[in-house]
Amino acid sequence: MLLSNIETIPGKKVVEFFGLATGSTVRAKHFGKDLMAGLKNIVGGELTGYSELLTESREEAMQRMIAQAKNSGANAIVNVRFSTSSVAQGAAELYCYGTAVRVE
Amino acid sequence: MEQLVIFGVLIVLGFTFGKANEKKHYKSIREREKSSRSIAVVNFKKPPFDDSKIEDQKLVIGATVISIDYFKLISAGLKSLFGGRLRSYESLVDRGRREAILRMKEEAKGFNMILNVRIETSSISKGPKNNSVGSLEVLAYGTAIKVNEV
Repeated sequence: MLLSNIETIPGKKVVEFFGLATGSTVRAKHFGKDLMAGLKNIVGGELTGYSELLTESREEAMQRMIAQAKNSGANAIVNVRFSTSSVAQGAAELYCYGTAVRVE
Repeated sequence: MEQLVIFGVLIVLGFTFGKANEKKHYKSIREREKSSRSIAVVNFKKPPFDDSKIEDQKLVIGATVISIDYFKLISAGLKSLFGGRLRSYESLVDRGRREAILRMKEEAKGFNMILNVRIETSSISKGPKNNSVGSLEVLAYGTAIKVNEV
């Protein structure tokens, strides 16, 4: 599956459109990681636990988007966008969407 | 009294370690920026040359969660009573963005250019008691392309 965040796949030609493909996941923070992040907050710097958590979740959202696009017979997704929103206290939603297309 | 002592200890810890951390981080950012200068990061939607030269493409993502130290949190809180520049937050977002861009570039090893770079920032709230921005997440993404040099 080819992914890009511009209107086309560079060097290829879009021949068919399949509409929007979306994927999302809602993740809550792990209690232990939360505690560690709280401690790390005193000295500042990168919160590795949260970085990993968000990267994993984003990967999962992307996999869902890809699965949806595959189902409709696409072989590429163009114009991919990401967004993050907090739906509940301590939980984050990671959402990504794009247009499923077939390229040659 | 006890609370005051804890508060003082946290501030001193934040001040010493936070300052050292930031210095170290800036140093590593500068070094890595120098070594990854060969990849051009642009926010054009189309490559500034003919499409047929492009060999390969890939979506690249870089993300980081970065937090402010306790001393800066308190000093920024005091400063915001009077308004003006909050230097401690400026350096926080600057570090976060540069780190995210660097991670994106590291993922694009072997590619020449990253097109249509988007940078998104979102804050992570710490709980009902403390609503001030203690940490923020920065996400940078774009389409990396490999150009066939003629």
